[in-house]
Amino acid sequence: MGIANHLPTRRELLVGSGALFAWSQMPRIARAEGRDPRLLVVILRGALDGLGAVAPVGDPDWISLRGDRALLLDGKPQALPLDSFFALNPAMPNLHRLYKIGKAAIVHATATPYRERSHFDGQDVLESGFTKPGATASGWLNRALLAMESGGRVDPHGSRALGIGSVTPLVVRGAAPVMTWVPQKLLPASEDTQNRLLDLYQHTDPKLATVLQARMKLASLGGARGSGDPMPDDPTLMPPGAARVRAFFAEAAGTAARYLAKPDGPRVGAMGFVGWDTHIAEGAASGQLYNLLGALDGAFAAIETNMSEVWHETVVAVVTEFGRTARINGTEGTDHGTGTVAFLIGGGLTGGCVIADWPGLKPAQLFEDRDLKPTTDLRAVLKGLLRDHLRVDEKVLAEAVFPGSADVKPMGGLVG
Amino acid sequence: MSNSAKAAAVLALHRFGMGPRPGSVAALGSDPRGALIAELDRPLALTAAASLPPSAKAYRIVADANARRAARAKQAQQQAKKQQMAAATAMSEDQTQGQAQDKDKDVAEMAAKQAAEAVPDPGRPIYLQEAKLRTEAALVAEIGFAERLVWFWSNHFCISANKIQSMSGAYEREAVRPNVLGRFVDLLLAVEGHPAMLFYLDNLGSMGANSIAGINRSRGLNENIAREIMELHTLGVRTGYTQDDVISFANVMTGWTLVPPGDNPEHGGEFIFNPRLHEPGGQTVLGKLYEQEDVEQGRAVLRDLAANPATATHVATKLARHFVADEPPPVLVEQMAKTFRDTEGDLKQVAIAMVSSDEAWRGPPSKLKRPSEWGVGMVRATGITTVDPERFTGGQALLGEALWRPSAPKGYPDDEASWIDGVGRRLDIANNFAERIAGMADPQAIIADVFASEIAPEVKQAVGRAESRQQALALLFMSADFQRR
Repeated sequence: MGIANHLPTRRELLVGSGALFAWSQMPRIARAEGRDPRLLVVILRGALDGLGAVAPVGDPDWISLRGDRALLLDGKPQALPLDSFFALNPAMPNLHRLYKIGKAAIVHATATPYRERSHFDGQDVLESGFTKPGATASGWLNRALLAMESGGRVDPHGSRALGIGSVTPLVVRGAAPVMTWVPQKLLPASEDTQNRLLDLYQHTDPKLATVLQARMKLASLGGARGSGDPMPDDPTLMPPGAARVRAFFAEAAGTAARYLAKPDGPRVGAMGFVGWDTHIAEGAASGQLYNLLGALDGAFAAIETNMSEVWHETVVAVVTEFGRTARINGTEGTDHGTGTVAFLIGGGLTGGCVIADWPGLKPAQLFEDRDLKPTTDLRAVLKGLLRDHLRVDEKVLAEAVFPGSADVKPMGGLVG
Repeated sequence: MSNSAKAAAVLALHRFGMGPRPGSVAALGSDPRGALIAELDRPLALTAAASLPPSAKAYRIVADANARRAARAKQAQQQAKKQQMAAATAMSEDQTQGQAQDKDKDVAEMAAKQAAEAVPDPGRPIYLQEAKLRTEAALVAEIGFAERLVWFWSNHFCISANKIQSMSGAYEREAVRPNVLGRFVDLLLAVEGHPAMLFYLDNLGSMGANSIAGINRSRGLNENIAREIMELHTLGVRTGYTQDDVISFANVMTGWTLVPPGDNPEHGGEFIFNPRLHEPGGQTVLGKLYEQEDVEQGRAVLRDLAANPATATHVATKLARHFVADEPPPVLVEQMAKTFRDTEGDLKQVAIAMVSSDEAWRGPPSKLKRPSEWGVGMVRATGITTVDPERFTGGQALLGEALWRPSAPKGYPDDEASWIDGVGRRLDIANNFAERIAGMADPQAIIADVFASEIAPEVKQAVGRAESRQQALALLFMSADFQRR
């Protein structure tokens, strides 16, 4: 028996750069109301082109801006109409369906407070919830958990959080402990070996003990496997084809949903998908971006399916570090920009609308004459969800979760 | 050797090397610093690399295979269509024409796919051979300080095999390895001018708006390489450069591309400066005007970026963070940055300055090894010097650090918070490896001979009480003594 018998799949490779996180307690206030809400945060790493995902087809400057790469209602393929002004990338029929029944909303021309164009700083601001990069080592989701009163199922010895992946993203790091789950492809060490190692760590390295303990606890929770299609192993580790990316997105998001759906499972999670940095041959209507958005659309379907009976208590927020240039660059792609979109889906959502204070696309209306100008602070959206869905206190949101955001009012009416 | 000398040797091997292997503690003797510095004088070249193709050749091999694959697919599709036309007359009447056409299309596509797959992909075997070579260099090195520097710089100037698999190993051998003990500016010029980097950071088709190609083809600039060179490779983020600097520098870099493999069977895949893509005229970067007309314009900017004091600080901080601590002592960083500045970026002197500083040795072994370092350390401890690259790279990938495949140009992170939650996963690998080698590796002997018994008493006890040799080895490999440095 060797490692060669258990080659990693594409799934595990990609999972190494994303992660899922969840909290195993339910919020006390929400439970008092007879609710049991679930929140999943999906981070699109690499900066999603919001204009390539949700096109302002009603803007008179749209076609001149993107030329033959502009998504159009009569394009090929045809963009999916959302309202009289916006249309959705045709790769996302499932999101379109959810939108039509009021279970999806789109926020456009939104951004974090970050106004530079470094991915890594941008993700730092997005995930830390601070206004500047490098300000803290914890994420807003983790701090939101800390601030919430627990309504039960507290295990003082165990972790309250779950993560998928080998690299934990900042949004979930912090004082609330995290436990991780990576798809099991190797035969695990025996329980006895794990117990002995735990004993050794407890005497020599408390931090490693905490990590191992969390892993063992998660294993005992067990049973998150579902009926989803098993992905074929990929021993070649070759760059992913579109089908493989699709399968991975669906598998990862579906697994997250299965954990969140369990009656005694976690309630809050986060995961990341990479690959959105479309500098070359972006392919909004067919190509890279189209395929990625299609994979994301499939992930939405997997979440809805696996959430099953608790779908009506579910909200999923899909966010990215910033947008891309409004114009196409010299290599048929887009460079790092500013304003972009956020997708909100879930049975708990009051959707069916595009939320946007549209800034316009004329050169003078663009941010620094190059990017979609952000007019909605992404923190307002996230604060609205945390307040109205999880019942996190508004003052805590302004001070601890998104410090310095007192003048950014939580956006109301998103859930309920 | 005294116990304290042994402890210092073990620390040196973990912190600055690839971990203890049989005989290495004794080889370090009573002067681990001197031994580390002496290792930097030994040749770093990989003699076995002579059998591997240079990057341009590897690129051509894969490009040729891709072209063959496309041709076969087209051929098969055409044949399938011909057969279908012949069969169309014999079509049964209950089948509507539309259905038949759809089916025919599927059949043709399937035939094309099968024909394409019949052409093997040569990129994967090249990647594995390269992986084997670099991993075994780390296994046989006496200490492995120089190999660690190769790994560090390869990650600092990372590319991704997900994008450019054919060149991923050759890139490290050609651009990184020969320069890690030379001057930073030479390393910088080598990596930024390497076709693998230009491919990875999207510079191949970037063209100036007023260049010949730019005017004729109405394509244009790609900012990626300019931004990442300043943000990640040299100055560091938030060091004062602006969006205008990025654009100007991107203009400077236009024309840095490679020879298309289809046009040139001898030089395809090699670096070339193509003046037709290059934005004419002077460019101002960080307040300085560069008026050179050709490849020298880019080289001049790169030389100035290498000499910028921000680069010294950025590089010194990253090196100290990698080797010494997530939060390295500021005194150490400043000593290294000063050496960098005083020696015009002599990286050997910077490495010597690091191990010569007491600050680099003072702290406890609190640094969590990255998966690759831990994996190599585990194999080294057993005295094994060859690896099955498929298995080894598979293990690295499972632990989230797939070789030459970071998910972003920033490379793999170097802090505990990024990796600690994956430690549990290491148990699967350790358990698996222990199972495979339990017949030949004696955990007690590893503790006594390889570690010179410089290991926590609790670990010795746990190993002694283990129910099997496999379990003992797994516990040893998972112990904090193996995980931290």
